[in-house]
Amino acid sequence: MTPSAIIRLRFTAFTEKARLKIVVTVKQIPDPNATLKLTSDNRLARDGEVVLDPGDEYGVEAALRIKEAADEAEVVLVSMGPAKAADAIRKGLSMGADRAIHISDDGLAGADALTTAQVLTAAIKGESPDLVVCGCESTDGSTGMVPPMIAELLGFPQLTFAKQVEVSGSKVTIQRQTDVGYDVVEADTPALITVTAGVGEPRYASLKGIMAARSKEVKKVGLGDLGVTRGKPAEEVLEVVEAEKRQAGEVIEDDGNAVEKIVALLAKVKAV
Amino acid sequence: MAKIWVFAELAEAKVAPIVLELLAKARDLGGEVEAVALGKGASAAAETLGKHGAKKVYACDDEVFDQYVAQPATDTLEALVKSGSPDLLLFGFTYDSREVAGRLSARLGVGQVSNCLDVEAEGGGFVAKVPYFGGAKIASLKLNNQPAIVLIRPKSFEAKEVGGTAEVEKVTATVGADSKRAHLKERIAEKGEKVKLEDATIIVSGGRGMQGPENFPLLEELADALGGAVGASRAVVDAGWVPYSMQVGQTGKSVRPSVYIAAGISGAMQHTVGMKGSKVIIAINKDAEAPILKMADLGVVGDALKIVPKLTEAVKAKKKQ
Repeated sequence: MTPSAIIRLRFTAFTEKARLKIVVTVKQIPDPNATLKLTSDNRLARDGEVVLDPGDEYGVEAALRIKEAADEAEVVLVSMGPAKAADAIRKGLSMGADRAIHISDDGLAGADALTTAQVLTAAIKGESPDLVVCGCESTDGSTGMVPPMIAELLGFPQLTFAKQVEVSGSKVTIQRQTDVGYDVVEADTPALITVTAGVGEPRYASLKGIMAARSKEVKKVGLGDLGVTRGKPAEEVLEVVEAEKRQAGEVIEDDGNAVEKIVALLAKVKAV
Repeated sequence: MAKIWVFAELAEAKVAPIVLELLAKARDLGGEVEAVALGKGASAAAETLGKHGAKKVYACDDEVFDQYVAQPATDTLEALVKSGSPDLLLFGFTYDSREVAGRLSARLGVGQVSNCLDVEAEGGGFVAKVPYFGGAKIASLKLNNQPAIVLIRPKSFEAKEVGGTAEVEKVTATVGADSKRAHLKERIAEKGEKVKLEDATIIVSGGRGMQGPENFPLLEELADALGGAVGASRAVVDAGWVPYSMQVGQTGKSVRPSVYIAAGISGAMQHTVGMKGSKVIIAINKDAEAPILKMADLGVVGDALKIVPKLTEAVKAKKKQ
């Protein structure tokens, strides 16, 4: 880890409200190493092996580091997904989160981003957090829309693509990754942040952590408990087709002539 | 005729390249094309936007949009959308536009379709093309709401100037009392990029096969010799070898240079979705079974660490001729 990746925290002005509550959204995704399948209605099949989204591991890690630097803090995981999602939640608890809320309801199958954000928001509101931490985007969908939607629905400012987070009293300051460097963005809590891999390598769950996670609370809730009804979906899947594949070209073994061949091709397309 | 709005993202008071790509698409869709530009340089941007086909530009030069993240833009766009009633609202799938599009779609309660490769007019509505499984499959999604909010990946279309002048309608910033929250205090440039990755005509990218960050200078030397830029796979970015800004792929940049040289990259779908539009792909990998070799115009089974330095010398020699 580079020194700049370390989350620096200073808790100076947290006298009135010493307890900091951090909610981390986590998602279980189909194991990227397994073969992915579609359901009959062209949705991603979620009945195979699942893992905690690697992007969300950074969210959990960031929250745990904030907690460790605080006088007193609680890290609550909020996840929406089928029964299998419990495995991903357990992973986050094993890393060190305190408890979790698992939203599971048959009525949520194939939920779009807005529905997902509405459901997560309803659960998060019940916690009145100071900070909501999310990954930048899920590894399976990669649309990156749920975090700004949650921020909007909660009425929170959003501090996104953070490679470094600093919490000082009620102020959150992040370094927002940009193409040329970073932006310094600051807001008062409550706020939502999304984090990149820059915040630091997610810790492994220790044996002690795994044992402790078994007795941590995972509250199961359904749509009815949250008072959310599903609206009209923003989109409808018409069809799913194979993407056009590039034609394979020539493959050669490097027996010393590879450089010559590459230069010849570069010359042919006038790159040299 | 459908009314199509393009969110004209401004970067340092200039129109972001993706905006011109979106305008080209909006023209092809055959609608009434208008743009919304918010922040420093908005009115001045109308000239460029007009040349690329916008008939009208709603412009507000208020710097509140540059100082506070997403919320002021969401407030102002909401007001504009409610009075202007566009059928389709196009955003670039960029860091800055994503933040605004997400909030706006939640505010309006209409949802959105993100990370799209294309959008087509069909049956009086719109259908978006979205990559599934990191690009192995393409889904067609019919958009149900008005406005339909669609975010499109950069480099999906080619920008084309068609000439024309946009009528400029100056609008005032509508900013809620509680919207000045996430304050952009400073912009830090860490290093001057020689050639921007997304603008480079030649890209040399490295993956795990480069063995470690200490070997990335080999790629820089080759890129310098070719006048190109250096990219990377997700694996090495996650490992902390190089910064995220160098990442090519689904979670990263989409590029379509004339020549893409992949050194020690296996070719996971996550990576190839971001570079398969390159005109010529040259791959170097020790593993003869690496998927990247099956999509390359020239695949070399060999050690990138040995081949790249020799290639740099050969390119330099060739250029001297």
